[in-house]
Amino acid sequence: MRLIKTLMAAATALAITAFVAPTFAADDPGPAAYAQALKGKRVMLVPLAMGFDLAQGWAHYLKKEVEAWGGTFETRDPNWVVDAGAQAITDAISSDTRPDVLIIHAPDLNSYSKLMKKAQAAGTYVILVDNPANFPADAFVGSDWDRLGQLEAEAAIKGCGENSSKKIGLVQGDQANSSSLYQYAGIMKVLDKHPDFKVVAKPDSNWDATTSRNVTTTMLQQNPDICSIIDFWDGDATGASAAIRDAKLDGKVFLVTTGGGEKAADCDKLNDGTYGAVVMTDLARQSGDMNAIIKFLLQSGQPAGTSHTYIYTLEKATTKADLKPDSCWDLKALQAEAAAK
Amino acid sequence: MNAIGWLNLKSLNQEGIVFAIAVVLFVAAAIGLPGFIDPNNLVAIVRSVSVLGILALGMAVVIIGRGIDLSAVAIMAMSVAWYLQLLNTGTSDGLAFAYVLAGVLAIGLLNGFLVAYADVPAIFVTLATGSFVFGYVRSQLITQDAVPVPQGHWVELLGGLRFLDIPIEVFVFAGLAFLFFLFLRYTKWGRYIYFAGDNPVAARNIGIPVRPMLVLRYVLSAFVALIAGLLTAASLHSINTRVVNSTLLYDIVLVAVIGGIGLSGGRGGVRNVLVGAALIGILLNAMTIIDIPLLYQNLIKAAILLGAIIVDGIINPRDEQTAQQGDI
Repeated sequence: MRLIKTLMAAATALAITAFVAPTFAADDPGPAAYAQALKGKRVMLVPLAMGFDLAQGWAHYLKKEVEAWGGTFETRDPNWVVDAGAQAITDAISSDTRPDVLIIHAPDLNSYSKLMKKAQAAGTYVILVDNPANFPADAFVGSDWDRLGQLEAEAAIKGCGENSSKKIGLVQGDQANSSSLYQYAGIMKVLDKHPDFKVVAKPDSNWDATTSRNVTTTMLQQNPDICSIIDFWDGDATGASAAIRDAKLDGKVFLVTTGGGEKAADCDKLNDGTYGAVVMTDLARQSGDMNAIIKFLLQSGQPAGTSHTYIYTLEKATTKADLKPDSCWDLKALQAEAAAK
Repeated sequence: MNAIGWLNLKSLNQEGIVFAIAVVLFVAAAIGLPGFIDPNNLVAIVRSVSVLGILALGMAVVIIGRGIDLSAVAIMAMSVAWYLQLLNTGTSDGLAFAYVLAGVLAIGLLNGFLVAYADVPAIFVTLATGSFVFGYVRSQLITQDAVPVPQGHWVELLGGLRFLDIPIEVFVFAGLAFLFFLFLRYTKWGRYIYFAGDNPVAARNIGIPVRPMLVLRYVLSAFVALIAGLLTAASLHSINTRVVNSTLLYDIVLVAVIGGIGLSGGRGGVRNVLVGAALIGILLNAMTIIDIPLLYQNLIKAAILLGAIIVDGIINPRDEQTAQQGDI
């Protein structure tokens, strides 16, 4: 009897479970909680400028996602002027429509630290993108510039080869931007392990292509047997490549640089041999990381400034040999997509 | 006849001082730095200051006429960026170039008209038009900071052009310098610029068309900027409008002023630009060879400029006679 009772009870329980299960699925609390936490939230991106590939790519992917969950996405364009960026952040914090998440592309280690602190105090989550800063942001999403420098140095060493002059030239950015400083540190770490490779010159381009051309011309003039040059940004490496072309050293100097993996800026130039290797940021994935952390922060319920997460983007040195159709993203295509809407 | 007349302190003006500094630097670099005296390096020096020198020529003409053109760099970058953007979006070359020429002419005329006829100080007019040109072109006409030259276009071919292994911009710089020299020295309108710059009221009283000439100078400066922009794009195969935010504008004024063209107008000529450009070129090249970081380069550049001005101030003190109204 007892056995039958137990069996019946079990069967009932099973039946109930079977009956309840579908309702359970219909009542998944996820989407409702998600919508409630995110709906109407404001996300603002303040890059160094809106006029270059990285910023336009981020804006594209962020806007798509933020608008899809019912939020508002805005950008500000300081156009490379630090003060204008500071003004944009200040205005954003004190406005009635204060953003819930502020994504900041810092121009250097310190400029915006106080403002970011203010933003957090006002309840805005601060995410740093691409350039680290001396500030405990809620999250940093971007490159580990030290690692990136190491990848560049490794690519340069490989590009030079064992039987080369083993002379490497650097075209640095400046002496203030963290991306330039950390990149340099990373390069030197690798070169310390290869004492036979020497840095023969390390001028700054100040991120300007004409300056990059002039300093590279001088560098090649002084050391015509340089086997590789590392220019710290694809935005000015066009200058270094012009100098190499002018010195008729195409194919003899292996030019390494880094960039956002945009087709015209990076892949096309790898393809035509202008660049030997480019350490490219996977922009779509980086933007995806930002989207994920935005969603996490907005649902976390934690006050701004509680946690400090570092999400480094996977970087890879790409050469012509490993170019694939999807190695780069195409800014023109994104712009066409945006225009078609 | 004093054989070493130029060493006579009293006859040393700023141009002489800067020239002397340039010579000293040149000799020191030639002795101390390996590879400096190499012909290729000397060509590289001239080339590195060619675009700067071309822009400084336009600036010099404006400054001699007691004005200043702060829109030069914006015109240079934005006109060429717009031109390339038009080409990249399929506008025919002739039409695109005509648009850009018209645009450059319009901005030059606007600058000149506002200064000459509306009597607004040049420094404000050109600051405003420079910002306007940058803002309008950047926001309305182009989509990116950097605009590439279409493959195989004449601008790209221009960049590869060499005579005797010397890049084309060196010849353009030399040619323009010679033309400006002829214009300023031997044409009636060229001479008038000095009169107008020295004393605009007197120049007008003796019947010189001061105002139309003022307009001409700003138009000239705008076209010189376009040429400089085309040469920049030719060499780099793209133009980056970010240059508008750089110190290039100050470097242009620096080249003109350090060579001895007084900001108060009426003094100087092409030779001053050449001297100023030579000093900057030698200085930058030597510092790059020594591998001095950029921060120190700027410091040294500024210190030498300051030194030249101070020495000039001591040797040629300003007094009521030499100081004029309109000194900046």
